[in-house]
Amino acid sequence: MPDLRLSDIAKSFGRIEALDDVDLEIGSGEYVCVLGPTGSGKTTLLRIVAGLVRQDQGDVIVDGRLVNELPPEERDTAYLPQSYALFPHMTVLNNVAFGPLARRMPQEVAYERAHRMLEMVKLDPRANALPRELSGGMQQRVALARALASGAKLLLLDEPLGALDARLRVDLRYQLKSLVKSAGLTAIHVTHDQREAMIVADRIIILRAGHVEQVGTPYHIYLRPVNLFVANFVGETNFLEGTVKTVDSSGAFVELRGGLQVRVRETSYLFGERVVLMVRQELTSAKTYGWDAVNALHGEVSAIRFLGDSLRVEIRLVNGMPLSARIPISQIGTYPKIGEELAAAFRPSDVAVFPAPVRGLEAEIRVV
Amino acid sequence: MIKDRLLDVILSALDDLSAHPLVRRVVYSAALVFFVAVVLIPPIVGVVLKYGLLGDTLRDASLVSRAQSAIAASFIIAFVVSLLDLVAGIPTAWFIVRRKNRWTSIVDTLADIPFVIPTVALGFSILIFWSQPGGLSGLLRIESLVSPGVGLIMLLHFAFSYPIIVRLLVGELQGYDQVFETASRTLGASPLTAARTVTLPMLKPALVSAFLLAFCRSLSETGATAVVAGAFENGPILIRNARAQGQEGPMVLVSAVLIVSSCVIFAMISLLGPRLRLPTKKVWPHFERNLSGPKASLSRDGISLAVFGLFVALPSLFVVLPAASAFADGTIISAISGRGVWGSFWTSLAISYVVGISATLMNLVVGFPMAVVIARRKLGKNITAFVDALVSVPITIPSVALGVSLGYFWAAFGNLPELWVLVLVHTTITYTYFVRTMSAAIESVPNELEEVGRTLGGRPFETFRKIVLPLTKYSIFSGAVMVLTRSVDETGATTAVAKEIKTAPVLLVDWIRSPDKYSQSTVGLGILFLVLTAFVSLLAIRLALRRSR
Repeated sequence: MPDLRLSDIAKSFGRIEALDDVDLEIGSGEYVCVLGPTGSGKTTLLRIVAGLVRQDQGDVIVDGRLVNELPPEERDTAYLPQSYALFPHMTVLNNVAFGPLARRMPQEVAYERAHRMLEMVKLDPRANALPRELSGGMQQRVALARALASGAKLLLLDEPLGALDARLRVDLRYQLKSLVKSAGLTAIHVTHDQREAMIVADRIIILRAGHVEQVGTPYHIYLRPVNLFVANFVGETNFLEGTVKTVDSSGAFVELRGGLQVRVRETSYLFGERVVLMVRQELTSAKTYGWDAVNALHGEVSAIRFLGDSLRVEIRLVNGMPLSARIPISQIGTYPKIGEELAAAFRPSDVAVFPAPVRGLEAEIRVV
Repeated sequence: MIKDRLLDVILSALDDLSAHPLVRRVVYSAALVFFVAVVLIPPIVGVVLKYGLLGDTLRDASLVSRAQSAIAASFIIAFVVSLLDLVAGIPTAWFIVRRKNRWTSIVDTLADIPFVIPTVALGFSILIFWSQPGGLSGLLRIESLVSPGVGLIMLLHFAFSYPIIVRLLVGELQGYDQVFETASRTLGASPLTAARTVTLPMLKPALVSAFLLAFCRSLSETGATAVVAGAFENGPILIRNARAQGQEGPMVLVSAVLIVSSCVIFAMISLLGPRLRLPTKKVWPHFERNLSGPKASLSRDGISLAVFGLFVALPSLFVVLPAASAFADGTIISAISGRGVWGSFWTSLAISYVVGISATLMNLVVGFPMAVVIARRKLGKNITAFVDALVSVPITIPSVALGVSLGYFWAAFGNLPELWVLVLVHTTITYTYFVRTMSAAIESVPNELEEVGRTLGGRPFETFRKIVLPLTKYSIFSGAVMVLTRSVDETGATTAVAKEIKTAPVLLVDWIRSPDKYSQSTVGLGILFLVLTAFVSLLAIRLALRRSR
């Protein structure tokens, strides 16, 4: 199982800077998801590792070996694009045997290995089918079997579930990860679907405009985002802008517009400092009007969205700021109404505090 | 078994070689050098070498005036014919794609006839049909319904460029997503309004390409034009006549002007065509709804089919009659035994195929890497686009002018055998067809397939031969067929280059222009043999391809 190190990688396409100063380390056997909005450089990063695109600067090191000068066929990586790129004129078996044969294995050994991989993905009975005769899910498994058969130890998955319908995508997430893990591979999985990344990744790399914003476990990234962009990009978030009013040993009070006060646990900010508070929507609850507790902010319901497993209630606070609360389906008592007066509440320990960005909150969290 | 092992070893060695970037660079550079040295430079430099001849010609007012008229006639004919082709071709293409009845497949098949029949045969067929007692004139008891000259040239050019327009538009219409038309219909547009304001503007690039191809084809045609021109001269005919009369000056002058002006016009139409605005803003709901009704549609189909039948299908097939008479009057016996004129005919036919096959092989070897360079943008986006545009140069220049220039260029290299020069000239003329077909085919194979093949361990050549080649084999077939048929059919450039050697179409033009010496059944049978051998060679290529699968 190889480890991968990217050091100071930069790549531009004309005037467009696709990647800049990317440093990453991926451990042996790790399943890492690269998450970021469209155009953030995810695919470019993958293609540089595969040797399909040459970086302008920096090094790609696989298992301690510098592979900058190596062509794709000598890097021991297997690239799986979103379309799977199954060779349409070859049978499933020949597709899977392509890698071993290309690596000059004797035919018998190559086909024996291809059969074994097809058995592993439970598609041996369809060995003689053409790719177009298979469903999307089967094609995805053939592509995976082909990558595994090639003997590559580093799997590069570019939106591998993107072409599937929602239900199948959910099912195949788990299969994909367990197959990769059982084969003992290191995998980099590019996606823009944060839920998918949360579920399958050992670690997540958040990319934005060619820069690495944060690397960490899903839990860490979700609960401890390092900046407002990550906080906004991963999960559904409320942002409240305010000024630090008082700081004591156990926390601080932040005053919002209109004199509303929010208690936070953070103590590292100074009196008078402009900050942005972040609290997850699912950690915000909707209470009856007049609810008197720390961080109970009053307002009226401006919109209600039914999400299946929960209800999102959008509340316009008395100071005009918007705030959304999630009510799990099991906790819905009476269904709220538009215009109804409610209180939104959250615990001080659930609030993260960030310095107010110089260029403004909107610009800081903009995805595209 | 040993042969297979040997092949494996060779392929394996080539796979390994292709893994070296230097080797790949050498192959692509060689393809580029060949393109520049053999395809691009000679047609331009050839006439420049003879600029000394222009002085005397330009001082002769009558020669200059003759050249001016001929060149103007060439462009006017090409422009008018291409426009008429578009007007007639759009409804026919629409009929083939959109109507579902038994006539559509018949029309679809018949529309290709002028493609299949060599142009010299087409010229002869049209000459008899419109102009001679054996055709429509005889039926109407008129001496000559359309006498040889500009009218007959236009009828000929209309017939052979019509299938280019129809074929291209049929392809585009088949690929067109009708959802746009459906959307405009649900928004209240009549079928005609939807077609005029939504579909046609979206097909504008195809319309411009179709117009350009028809324009170039008309500008370039020489052999068949010579058959129907009578005393009239357009550019290619003037060059042909001047060569026969030993007047090098006018030949060089007209060739130079045609080369420069056709390149300029091609570039202008290519650049300005896409900016051309179709009248789509104004809508006449009532009028267009009436024209979209079943009766109006039926009339429109009827008119377009009548135009197709009378001006394309019937005149093109008329050559069958004199060919059939050869079986009745015993000409066939002389032909098979090779007596009299038939000895030289068989020699010419053999030469045509030697030249055609050699040009096809040359294209396969040197055109393939160039097609890869273009399709995979190996020279970067901008330079590749520039090279891609340059590849069109040989089909832009009228073939006879190209032949004159190439003849001078290769003559400058001393005593190159005439057959070699002919092969080089035919390679130049057919290069665009092969490279265009192959680059389009390679481009249609997603690059991702090759990339994935590479990451799975395949060497560059290995991924190319195992993935791209099998997926493009029908295009290789089409490209090879196009090159071979175009080469065997070629008259203009061959006339301009060859002094001793006569290919079959050149010989047949001579026969047709000497009706006193060669009977219609002799010419008809000669043409029949040319057509039959073309079919046999197509079949042979197809079989060879099937065996290699």
